[in-house]
Order: sequence, then structure tokens, then C-alpha cells
Amino acid sequence: MQQKAIDRNNAVIAIKDLKKSFGDLHVLRGVDLEVYQGENLVVLGRSGTGKSVLIKIISGLLYPDSGEVNVLGREVETLNSRDLMELRLKVGFSFQNSALYDSMTVRKNLEFPLVRNSRNLRRKEINVQVERVLEAVGLSQTIEQMPSELSGGQRKRIGIARTLILRPEIMLYDEPTAGLDPITCIEINNLINEVQEKYNTTSIIITHDLTCAKQTGDRIAMLLDGQFAIQGTFDEVFASPDERVQSFYNYNFTK
Amino acid sequence: MDPNTDNPESPKPKYVVSKRLDSMFYSIYHAYQFILRFFREVFVPPYEFKEIIHQCYEVGYKSLPLISLTGFITGIVFTNQSRPSLANFGATSWLPSLISIAIVRALAPLVTALIAAGKVGSNMGAELGSMKVTEQIDAMEVSATNPFKYLVVSRIIATTFMIPVLVMYTAFVALFGAFLSVHSNEQTSFAMFFSQVFDSLSFLDIFSTTFKSTVFGFTIGAVGCYHGYNSSKGTEGVGRAANSAVVAAMFLIFVEEIIIVQIVNAFR
Repeated sequence: MQQKAIDRNNAVIAIKDLKKSFGDLHVLRGVDLEVYQGENLVVLGRSGTGKSVLIKIISGLLYPDSGEVNVLGREVETLNSRDLMELRLKVGFSFQNSALYDSMTVRKNLEFPLVRNSRNLRRKEINVQVERVLEAVGLSQTIEQMPSELSGGQRKRIGIARTLILRPEIMLYDEPTAGLDPITCIEINNLINEVQEKYNTTSIIITHDLTCAKQTGDRIAMLLDGQFAIQGTFDEVFASPDERVQSFYNYNFTK
Repeated sequence: MDPNTDNPESPKPKYVVSKRLDSMFYSIYHAYQFILRFFREVFVPPYEFKEIIHQCYEVGYKSLPLISLTGFITGIVFTNQSRPSLANFGATSWLPSLISIAIVRALAPLVTALIAAGKVGSNMGAELGSMKVTEQIDAMEVSATNPFKYLVVSRIIATTFMIPVLVMYTAFVALFGAFLSVHSNEQTSFAMFFSQVFDSLSFLDIFSTTFKSTVFGFTIGAVGCYHGYNSSKGTEGVGRAANSAVVAAMFLIFVEEIIIVQIVNAFR
């Protein structure tokens, strides 16, 4: 992979001592993390370790019990609803199950965030932008189809296109390759890299798929027991003698 | 011997009751917060006019066939059931007055509200529940749209405005059904029938029916949206949301009917 220019002095996401519990279940137990401008950070971890909770807190969908979450210079947990909406325009979120509006066509799905956030846009401009993002994800032919008519991989791509239409500075991917065949997984991984290059986004990719982590991640952070136990490049992380890291690696590549 | 009393793990009946009471009070508080949020957001721009009109179409226009049929049948059946009792006293000429009061004051609002609770309320519960389960509501939120305003406020406004319109329509259709029944037996003309109908109705009847229908409409929208918007995860939750939306709305409609009738009677 070509070496990217990552500005290590410019942390667009900074998290300090983040804690989140659901009843007696302590999911995040003091998470510290910094994500830099132009970086693709992959968060690895087993199911139920709080990976999705972490990005939902970053996007303001969930509130932390304690700790600081700074996104693009703003403390997310202290923002009022108007400021949070403004911040969300800059933070794209690609859901695990795509979360496409199933009563709308692909065109309407893509138009929705645009029309609602730029009310003075003309029809022609909307069409141009919709076609632009559809082209970016390689699915121009699906524009009039309903989500139910799309394959799993296509739905993921349209989900990504819907977030791209607002030109976000940060992309949060929740399990982008879950439930897809290996070839489609590689296509989605390539798309994540293309999006980063073309739109110069900073991304957090939540996954437990090591192929996805290897292909897309500039840096890997492994979430174990509610904290980031280890961070580094793919090779650095999996060179760790930590038994939990090794068992995760061995399971992924021997299953 | 009751196996439950033997088991040290099984909760004591007192504890179960207290837990259920806790849960009930929590639900009431949660519903109160939901309604409060509606009133906080309904007057604050941006206003979702387009979505409100779309929902009015869904609630009003798409309910017309069902409402027409039930209203028409209600009018005919009520007239046919009332005629023998009045005939015993030779008072069948009072039929239009009796029917008009019964239909406008009670039958039209109740029948319409119950049909709408079943059709519209369950639809809202299921639709919003499904959106919640499939993270479509979260997707709306992260794309900088207020889902509460877009989905909930617009639906509650639509039902609040459309149910009174549907009630008026049902009353008219039911009265027309009643006229056909009266006409086939008593040979009453259309003009005479409706002149007797309007003579029997007072301003208070029309006002109380409109007010009652507005309350019913708000209840159907609020209950449907509340159960859908707060449905628990999973497809079972969607079914439960739709079911709860209907049951709770119907129950509240009857409670409201009793209360409003008492209040209106105090002014009569």
C-alpha cells in the first residue's frame, strides 16, 4: 500500500478515559484513543466488546457514562441538539446492515440527507450529486431500484454512498464486510480505501475481519476487556505475545 | 404444593408486584416524556409540511374505503335495530332524530377512532418499530435529520387533523345508510330526513364530536408512534409494538369517551 500523508499532530478524534455501561455490563472501561487526519484506524475485537458502542458515542447516538469525546474540536457529550446536527454533517456513519430506508428507492435514499440539509438545492444539482456518489461506489445502474432488490454488497455500497453525499470529513464504518462473500469483502475494502483517497476522509473501521483490517487499516487498535490493549500497524499488533491477540489472529486465519 | 414456593430462586409475590408497579410507573413517566417532547418540538422550525401532507394522505385518504363501508353498515344496522322498539310506541317518525343524535354524538367518533386505531395505529407502530430495529431511525439521526420531528411529530399532527375529518365523513355516510333504511320502510324523502337530522343536532353536539375526534386522533397518533419509536430490538418487538399500539389506543379511546361525555353533559 502506498504510504499516506497522515498528520500525526492533528487528532480529529480524541477520546479520554471513556466509560460506558449497560446495567451491570461494563462495556467500555476507560478507553483512550486518538485518530489523526487522513488516517484509517481499524478497531478490532470480539463481538460484544463495545466496538459499535464506541463509534455510536463518537457520532452522538449514545452518551458516555464518563470521559471526554472530542470530535473535530468539539466535545460531543456537551453539544446541544443543533450543534450536534452540525457536527453530524461532517461525520458519516455506515451501518452494519446498511440501514437503507426500505420504503424509498436508491435515488430517494441518497437524496434524503442532501435535501434535508441543503433545502435550496435545485433538482438538477441534486441529480448531479446523486449520480456522482453512485458512480463513486460503482452502482449507477441501481438508481431506481428499491433496497429489497439489491444484494448485500450493493446495499453496503449504497449505504456508503448515502453518507458520502454530505462530503463528511470523518467516516465511521460499522462492520463493513459482515455477512459478505470474500470477493465482495475485497471490493468493499477497496472502496473504503478509494473513499479515503478521493474524499480525504479520516476513518474508523469497526470489524473482526482480519483481511479487512489488513487491507484498509493504517493503524490497528485492539479492544480487549473494555480498553485498547494494543495499537500499531497490522504486523506490530499481531507480533504481540499477548495470548488474547494471538488467539484472535489464529482463529481468524485457521477457521 | 406450589413448586414456586419451594424454589428459593423464585421471586416473592410481593417483589413481583412491586416490580410490575415500578415498570408501570416507569412506562407512564416515559410516555409523559414522549408527549412532552412532542409539544416541545411541534412549534419549533423547521416544519415538516411535506411529510405532514404525505401522512394526512396516508391516514385520511387511504382509510376512506374501510371507513365508508363501516360507516354505511353502522347506519343501516343501527336504524334496523332501533325501528322495532320505536314501532312499539308508534314513534318511528322519531327515527331520524334518534339516529342523528346517536351517530353524531357517539357512533361516528367511536367507530372511526376504533377503525383508525386498528388500521393507522398498528401501521405506525409496525412501521416505526421496523425502522427502529433496522437502525433506519439511527441512520436518519446521523444524517443530521431529527427523526422525532420527521417521523413522530408529522404523524401525530396528521392523525390529530385527519381523524375529525374522517369522523365527519363517517357521520355523513352512516346517516346516508340510515336514510336508505328509513326510506325503504317509511318512504321518507331525503330532504325531510336530513331536515329532521339537523333539527335534532345542536352546536354542542357538533363541537363535542369535533373536540372528541381531535383527542382521539392525537391519542391514536401518539400511542402508535410511542410504541413504534420505543420498540425493543428484534422482529418480535415490531409485532409487539403494532399490537400494543392498537390495544392501548383502543383502551384510551374508551376512557376518553367516558370522560368527555361526562364533561359535555355538564354543559348540556
